[in-house]
Amino acid sequence: MTNASWETLSNQAVAFCGVIYFLALLSHLVEWSALRRLPVSAGSVTLPARRTGSGSIAVAEGGSDDAEVDEDVERRTNLFGRLGLLLTVLALAVHFVALLGRGMAADPNRVPWGNMYEFTLAGTFFVTLSYLALYKRFSLAWMAPIVTGVVLVLLMVDVIVLHEEVAPLTEALDSPWLVIHVVSAVIATGAFTVGGIVSVLFLVQERAERRGRTGGGYLGRVPDTATLDRVAYRINAFAFPVWTFAVLITGPIWAFHAWGSYWNWDPKEVWAFITWVLYAGYLHARATAGWKGRNAAILALCGMATLWFSFIGVNFFISSIHSYA
Amino acid sequence: MSDTPETGRRSGELSPLELLRWTWRQLTSMRTALILLLLLALAAVPGSVIPQQGVDSLKTTQWQEAHPDLTPIYERLGLFNVYSSPWFAAIFVLLMVSLVGCIIPRTLVYLRAIKAPPPRAPRNLGRLPDHASYRTDDDVEEVLARARQVLKRRRYRVRPADAGDAAVSSERGYLREVGNLVFHLSVVVVLVGFAVGGLFGYKGGVILTVGTPFSNTLTQYDDFVPGRLFDPESMEPFCFTVDDFSVEWLVDGPRRGMSRGFSADTRYREDCTDQSGKEREHDLRVNHPLAIGGTDVFLIGHGYAPVITVRDGEGNIAATGPKPFLPQDQSLFSFGVVKASGAEPEQIGLEGVFFPTFFLNEDGDPVNLMGELNNPLLSLSVFTGDLNLGEPQSVYVLDKSKMSQVENPDGTPLRLDLQEGETVELPDGLGSVTFEGIEQWNRLQISKTPGKLVTLAGVVLALAGLLGSLFVRPRRVWVRARVVDGETLVEVAALDRSGGGDVRPEIDEVVAALRGADVVPTGEEKS
Ligand code: HEM
Repeated sequence: MTNASWETLSNQAVAFCGVIYFLALLSHLVEWSALRRLPVSAGSVTLPARRTGSGSIAVAEGGSDDAEVDEDVERRTNLFGRLGLLLTVLALAVHFVALLGRGMAADPNRVPWGNMYEFTLAGTFFVTLSYLALYKRFSLAWMAPIVTGVVLVLLMVDVIVLHEEVAPLTEALDSPWLVIHVVSAVIATGAFTVGGIVSVLFLVQERAERRGRTGGGYLGRVPDTATLDRVAYRINAFAFPVWTFAVLITGPIWAFHAWGSYWNWDPKEVWAFITWVLYAGYLHARATAGWKGRNAAILALCGMATLWFSFIGVNFFISSIHSYA
Repeated sequence: MSDTPETGRRSGELSPLELLRWTWRQLTSMRTALILLLLLALAAVPGSVIPQQGVDSLKTTQWQEAHPDLTPIYERLGLFNVYSSPWFAAIFVLLMVSLVGCIIPRTLVYLRAIKAPPPRAPRNLGRLPDHASYRTDDDVEEVLARARQVLKRRRYRVRPADAGDAAVSSERGYLREVGNLVFHLSVVVVLVGFAVGGLFGYKGGVILTVGTPFSNTLTQYDDFVPGRLFDPESMEPFCFTVDDFSVEWLVDGPRRGMSRGFSADTRYREDCTDQSGKEREHDLRVNHPLAIGGTDVFLIGHGYAPVITVRDGEGNIAATGPKPFLPQDQSLFSFGVVKASGAEPEQIGLEGVFFPTFFLNEDGDPVNLMGELNNPLLSLSVFTGDLNLGEPQSVYVLDKSKMSQVENPDGTPLRLDLQEGETVELPDGLGSVTFEGIEQWNRLQISKTPGKLVTLAGVVLALAGLLGSLFVRPRRVWVRARVVDGETLVEVAALDRSGGGDVRPEIDEVVAALRGADVVPTGEEKS
């Protein structure tokens, strides 16, 4: 295959996986609209029973406790829930082809994260990947419509606003550190984003709990605040060392090789540092009386905001020697 | 910030010692650490928005010229040097004091805790949020002995039996605290390494035309930023010459006309005071610096230096030689000046642009097609008067405050468009300008950063500590057995001490192990 055909393949794969994400989203929306007609204990997504054992991704527990559960509706939620999940897996596979195509289209071949378009493509890939990887472990079925929606929107923005043709790397990027530095930054970005989604839901759920509105609707099937808090923590706690590795270890080493100074307070470095400090603040907040819960979640979201700003905003609003990705 | 009196008590009522102790306790509290962290994040912001002297001094100067009203205020606030300003340093130092003050007492507490056995089982295990129970025919002692065994196998530390309490107490995950301590201490190590580099090291830059030798002494640098405790004696006596410089141009694709890579063939000697020293070679490239002893040489840019000769009205050479022009974009469209200070009767200044590949587009506008030299053209404006060299100024900028621009007879500004080898006479017998040829230059950054291995060791240690701190799950498990209605009631409870763990699966596994592996684990529901 020629480079041009790899590039075409990649562009088609991006469009195609966008369509599949859209179908997955639709499927989950159908699932959730059907779920609304069921009590929260029935259907494809039940509230993970509080403090039951491991991995309670609930296949409905029969509806035995609730005689009026409509078996048909229940079957439909299961069907569309599973279909949505399957489509998401498929989309991820096509998403991977899109990334592969970008890498193969370049001459010489390289990792597919040399500019913002590619970085976003890779970042969204890792969002879906981490969602799927954690799906079982943290019972994330309730997150499906949000993740597919967020990834779809990000991909659309990426294609419409950020698209660039495949080009060889600039000299400074042409280094083995590119692989290791950027891949860790991308993984951390994906995981922090998933963690951020959990934190948003934490805040919404917390508000509902404070107003005594628990039970029905979407929130009825979202885990309680204690679980959300723990899941957000686990995800952010995974992403934090990865981010540390990317920003405070490999970043400076690479900067040293390319520009001759390992920390220069360049705007990109500054914002990556701010992100790091905010997430350190988040981890502290969870251990500080009076800051647990709501404030900690808000801090995590501030961290996520600066994370995306450091990655996209800095390039648009502030000039920086990092102005490629 | 920390000496505001506690509410409800007037500061006059505190003895100085009490006040001191109170201040210290406030400063080393978790809450203060958190607030200082947030302050640090906030304080880092302005430096990314306002150009920084230490990052890009040219841009800073331009910004300052464009904002004459704000500049003095910003200057007073240290906003052009945020990261070395007193207020930034203050936050940093407070954070470090807080950190050390927090970590040392914790280390002591931890050392004591590591020797102490796990705490006794709470009286009522059923009150703990996570617990399970089952009934069995085995007798109490049997159950407890098995519990000890099971927990030890699961790498718990088990408390020696307490008389009068038929319970097993155990704990694991002690390394979390070690990780936490290592992480925080490493932060200090990193900063020490960073500070050593900043204080004792230096960073300098030089633009060298290809073929010009460089020897490592202060006077050879164009710009030089020493650390506060830098000792010029510590500069290593190396010297080097870039013999040949080559650029690989991209001829197609979206980055057409830009360079893909460049490399400078360099000859160097480690000790140039000693003529017999061995000469070595290195191909200096981006991402491939040259390390000589503790000093590193980086190739960070390149460009063209048109060789321009200015003759004055009397026919004498007032200026000659390669003049590095600074690239304005990736295709090396460049800007530069010539200062002919020796010109008589008045000094002459030239300012203009250089096109490596000049081209007139359909609209008749001059454009530069690419960085490679295919149709080089120099386009200059001419000024006469006083170059104002008495004032400190950049060699790349013309101070036109005391000069006037030379004009055509019709009053429009004069422009000289020169191709290689051409000479143009200036009007009014001012002299002439010759574009003799083109050389290349390299921008090299040379720096010495002592302590960088300390910093590196610090960050690696910090990461290791962090992993321990985040992923080791400290937890306590208790098992109690007692006879109820002729059967043995076994209660198991666990407590997560990390604030992030779910101990339910752990309890299930312990129960399963206690009952024998063939029994399916069931968590007894109770909430
Ligand atoms: C440069 C400043 C600091 C940074 C980057 C930092 C970072 C962190 C991080 C990432 C954690 C998470 C580890 C975990 O959750 O176990 C943590 C935990 C902790 N930090 Fe800091 N920290 C800093 C300063 C301080 C200071 C000044 C104090 C003391 C007042 C402190 C006390 C603690 C404590 C007690 C924990 C453990 C919390 C827990 O048990 O979960 N830290 N720190």
